[in-house]
Amino acid sequence: MSRYRFVLYRPFQLLPVLVGISIITFVLVRSIPGDPARVLLGPRSTEEALRRVREQFGLDEPLWLQYFYFVKNLFKGELGKSILYKVDVLKLIATRIEPTLVLVIGSVLLALLIATPMAAIAARRRGSWPDHVIRIISTAGLGFPAFWLAIMLILLFSVQLGWFPVTGYGRTFVDKIHHMTLPCLTAGLALAAVLTRNLRASILAELQSDQATAARARGLSENTVFWRHVMPNSLVPTVNLLAVNIGWLISGSVVIETVFAIPGMGQLLVRGIFTRDYMVVQGVAMVFACATVLVNFLADILTVSIDPRIKL
Amino acid sequence: MSRAQIRSRPWRIRWPFANRVTPLALGAGILIAWLLIALFAPLLAPYDPIYQDAAVRLKPPSWAHPLGTDNFGRDVLSRVIWASRIDLQIALFGVIFPFILGTIIGSISGFFGGWVDTLFMRLIDVVLAFPFLVLMLAIITIIGPGLGSFYIAMALVGWVSYARLIRAQFLVLKNSDFAMAAVSLGYSNSRVMFRHIMPNAILGSIVFSMSDAVLVLLNGAAISYLGLGVQPPTAEWGMMIAEGQGFITTAWWITTFPGIAIVTLAMGFSLLADGLGEALGVRE
Amino acid sequence: MNDDRTPVLRVRDLSVAYEGRGSSTSIIDAVSFDLHPGEILGIVGESGSGKSMTCRALMRLLPSSMLRVTGGTVTLADGRDVLALPARDLTRVRGRRIGMIFQNPASHLDPVMSIGRQIAETIRHHKGVSRRQAWSNMLDILRQVGIPDPESRANAYTHEFSGGMRQRAMIAAALACDPEILIADEPTTALDVTVQAQILRLLQQLRDERGLSIIFITHDLGVVYQLCDTVAVMYAGRLCEYGPKHEVIARPRHHYTAGLVACQPGTDGGSGPVHTIPGQPPVAGDMPGGCRFHPRCEAADALCKAKQPPLTEAAPGHQHACHHPAHTDAQEAV
Repeated sequence: MSRYRFVLYRPFQLLPVLVGISIITFVLVRSIPGDPARVLLGPRSTEEALRRVREQFGLDEPLWLQYFYFVKNLFKGELGKSILYKVDVLKLIATRIEPTLVLVIGSVLLALLIATPMAAIAARRRGSWPDHVIRIISTAGLGFPAFWLAIMLILLFSVQLGWFPVTGYGRTFVDKIHHMTLPCLTAGLALAAVLTRNLRASILAELQSDQATAARARGLSENTVFWRHVMPNSLVPTVNLLAVNIGWLISGSVVIETVFAIPGMGQLLVRGIFTRDYMVVQGVAMVFACATVLVNFLADILTVSIDPRIKL
Repeated sequence: MSRAQIRSRPWRIRWPFANRVTPLALGAGILIAWLLIALFAPLLAPYDPIYQDAAVRLKPPSWAHPLGTDNFGRDVLSRVIWASRIDLQIALFGVIFPFILGTIIGSISGFFGGWVDTLFMRLIDVVLAFPFLVLMLAIITIIGPGLGSFYIAMALVGWVSYARLIRAQFLVLKNSDFAMAAVSLGYSNSRVMFRHIMPNAILGSIVFSMSDAVLVLLNGAAISYLGLGVQPPTAEWGMMIAEGQGFITTAWWITTFPGIAIVTLAMGFSLLADGLGEALGVRE
Repeated sequence: MNDDRTPVLRVRDLSVAYEGRGSSTSIIDAVSFDLHPGEILGIVGESGSGKSMTCRALMRLLPSSMLRVTGGTVTLADGRDVLALPARDLTRVRGRRIGMIFQNPASHLDPVMSIGRQIAETIRHHKGVSRRQAWSNMLDILRQVGIPDPESRANAYTHEFSGGMRQRAMIAAALACDPEILIADEPTTALDVTVQAQILRLLQQLRDERGLSIIFITHDLGVVYQLCDTVAVMYAGRLCEYGPKHEVIARPRHHYTAGLVACQPGTDGGSGPVHTIPGQPPVAGDMPGGCRFHPRCEAADALCKAKQPPLTEAAPGHQHACHHPAHTDAQEAV
């Protein structure tokens, strides 16, 4: 159990990173030229509202004090109000988390579902034509723009075959799954290309490892050796790879949500940029950054639980 | 058991390209082909890429317009050809600026260590905490859309990978025999750094920059697709896809061909990175 | 070697070649030996002599797809040829009839599965018993190989074991299903001397208690002298001398064996310079013609250069492959 002690103290080690995230978002928004109060509230704001914002965020104070106000408001959960939606940014984000979460988790699951058998086939039949085909597809897959792949999938599955709706999110659970299949497939395929390449390499190394040879010498069949000894050892680096790629996956979801008009955080961000809704941009960027830190923390816990050697 | 029995193997397909065409050659070939297309765009493109001909709007591929026309009656083939100039430029500058910035920071951090190193490492941790595209979009929001903003945002976000690579190399190399020897000969810090360590440290970054070019290209296209990069009417593949998206049910060619162009160019960079990494014995 | 009992393993003309890009390079050339019940056979040679490869080949565990068994038979007591077995039957021979342990136990055990589960998995695979039964069998075997407190150690992982305990665990995994043969590929090389002695004693004890037959691969003639009944000496992929331990070490016929014996520290009372065999062993693909040892042999002549000496029986059970066998006196050698 002592190997899990890091769960208790790691959050404190992450504190500097969280402070850094708040500094960067603060600096970003304060670098927008013009009267900060007007920047935050938009061009058509009343004198009364401007005065209130100046007071809340200390905009008349020196910059370091302004950061102090910013952090104080952060702790109170006040990230400001959206110009466009006229609600608290955090409340706004809260309503947008679900679709993004479904998209990210769904695409990771689909990616694993696609990449694991692909990598297994390619590695176990190294040099055969399925291996070559899988390698070519996964190398090409690295260069597929997510937004283009999304449109091509829409063209095939929605326009030609009529299996899935073109855009939107849906209301009921089944409806949501129906709407989210294509978006998840888009992100999942892109991720699967990366996973397949890496998983294939680590399976190949594990297949020739001493421990696999010893397992064969104990009489275990090639299938047992593969699924019980080669695969678990190959998946350890994959968990790490997924964690490293979470930022990339979130980036992809921003674009994919725009293509499919999914009301998630990515779409909120892009709309915020176009409508100069800076409070929203700041809030979404910060939540995404914190989510990335959290996912990496969870991945560490997962790695420790599947690899008994690792001590953090 | 007879010799023949043991020797017999299952029948195997000979993959035609597996042994003869290396990834390096294939990648270099694709890249050179695109470079030539970009260079000779005025000669190769049959039409003016921004000329709008109302008479031929949304026409499917034909002899006159091999890849069809878009909703403004512009020739898709000509636009794909001219756009290669912009997209190759995106891949080039989107890699070079982060490369230079990251190399400078990484070498300083790795060579001097101490609080400078700690500071930069912390900064890298924080930059890495932001999803790549999210941070880029946030920066572009402030400085406004456009290709120039894209390069600035790319440099501000992309330097971290190069800084980490170079720093790691410097940490190893600065304790190597030849660097120690150079220091003991009384050479200045900058001379040891740039004349002795850098040439050895930079190889890994060059290989990485090839695979990074894929990401930069996709990012540039994505940002233009979102409408925050290249501005109309300049032809750029990502933006062409965005423009054609509204017509996918009637005019699939507008979105399909620019996408294929991105995929082939990206594949060229990927293969080149794989091949270079293998040839030089550098692993990512 | 003319034992009345049938050998538990009879290896005849085992040959391995490296095949790539249309060419074939011989690695192991026609190696033959017998292993009798309860016998400990030592296979001795320098690294690269093919001693490990021979044992990998007879388990059909060659480390690369480029390596191929190009001929020979490996016959079990029941008359089956291991090299000709279909994959299904092969998995019932490995672990069940022949167990194998390796030089580096740390890398030959699965790092992410507990020791106990790895052994129990093997028992379940071969015997088809219940999980519970397999677990209690596993605890028994751990106890037999001298792992203290098996109930709690069984749940530990490889990295939590010491070097000697890891080797004991690997022996337990290899012997979990009572094979009659154990192949030990330099099992003590990576261990320090006291632990090495413990493992050797354990192997001897297992032979005495279970009637286990052991093939013990080593480069250390001293270990052979302590442990083995018979010795096979390999040089450059060929068997050059084979016979009872005392015969071979006291009266080596092949000049390579004689050289190895002379190299042993302490053979001439610890005084005088350390003896070495001049020159380097040849590499596969660049083998000298005739006797492969002739470039390094002081007794070599034109015949040795031209013709490969056949394996001949000089004394009962004592074979050698040399045109000009040595007749070293017992006093001089030991």
